[in-house]
Amino acid sequence: MDYIAVGLAGFLGAVTRVFLGKIINTWLGWSFPVNTLIINLTGCFALSFFLTLTLERLEINPRLRLAIGTGFLGAYTTFSTFAVESINLIRNQQVWPALVYLLATPLGCVTLAWAGSAAAKALVRRQTVEEEPLES
Amino acid sequence: MEYLFVGIGGIFGAVSRYGISKWVGGRWRGDFPLATFCINITGSFMLGLLSVLFTKGGASPAWLKPIATTGFMGAYTTYSTFAFEIINLIQDGENGIAVRYLLGSVILGLLAAWLGLTLGEYV
Repeated sequence: MDYIAVGLAGFLGAVTRVFLGKIINTWLGWSFPVNTLIINLTGCFALSFFLTLTLERLEINPRLRLAIGTGFLGAYTTFSTFAVESINLIRNQQVWPALVYLLATPLGCVTLAWAGSAAAKALVRRQTVEEEPLES
Repeated sequence: MEYLFVGIGGIFGAVSRYGISKWVGGRWRGDFPLATFCINITGSFMLGLLSVLFTKGGASPAWLKPIATTGFMGAYTTYSTFAFEIINLIQDGENGIAVRYLLGSVILGLLAAWLGLTLGEYV
C-alpha cells in the first residue's frame, strides 16, 4: 500500500512539474532553465515546511505524509534535470547562465529548505501560545 | 498525451526511489544520506545517457522518451529530499557531513551527467 501511495503521488508530482514548467517557460522565455529552478526552489520550501509541520504538530496519516513528501514533492523536484541542464549550458559556452544556475540551485534550495522548516516551527510556536495562554 | 506518459514514468521513478531508500536505509547506519546521494548521481548519469540516445535514435517510439526521461528520471531523482537532509544535518551539528553531501552530490552529479551525455554520443 505504501508503494501505491508513493506511485500515485509520484504521477501527480511529475505531471505538475512538466505542466508548471511549460507555463513558466511561456511567461519567461529565458535562455536559462528558470522553470527547473523555480520548481526546485518551491519544492524544497514546501517539503521542509510540510515535514517539519507534520513532525512537530499536525497529526496526519503516515501514508498520506509519505505520499505527499516522498511521492509528490519528491517527484515534483528533480536533480537529474538540474545536472543535465547545467552540463548543456557549459557545453554551449553560456558561462554566466551556467554559473548562475549552478550556484543558485543548491544555495537557493538549501536556503528555502531552511526557511520552510523555520516557518513551520514559527507557526507551531504561535499556535501553542494561542492555545495555552500564560496565566498572568 | 504527453502528460500521461510523464505521469506513468513518474509512478515508476517515485516508487524506485522509495524502494531503494528503504533498502539502503535498512543496511546503512551512517549519518551520510547515502540513498539519496546514490539515487541522484545514478539518475543524472542515466538522464544524460538517455537524452542523447533518444535524440539520436529516431527508431524509438515517441512515447518512450517522456516516460523514461522527464517522467522516470525526473521523479526518481529529487532535490527537495536532498535539501531537507542538508538542513537536518546542519541542525544536528553535522556540518562536515552536510558540506561533503552538498558538494559531493553537485560535483559528482554533474560529472555523472557529463559522462552519460558523452557516452551516449559514442554508443
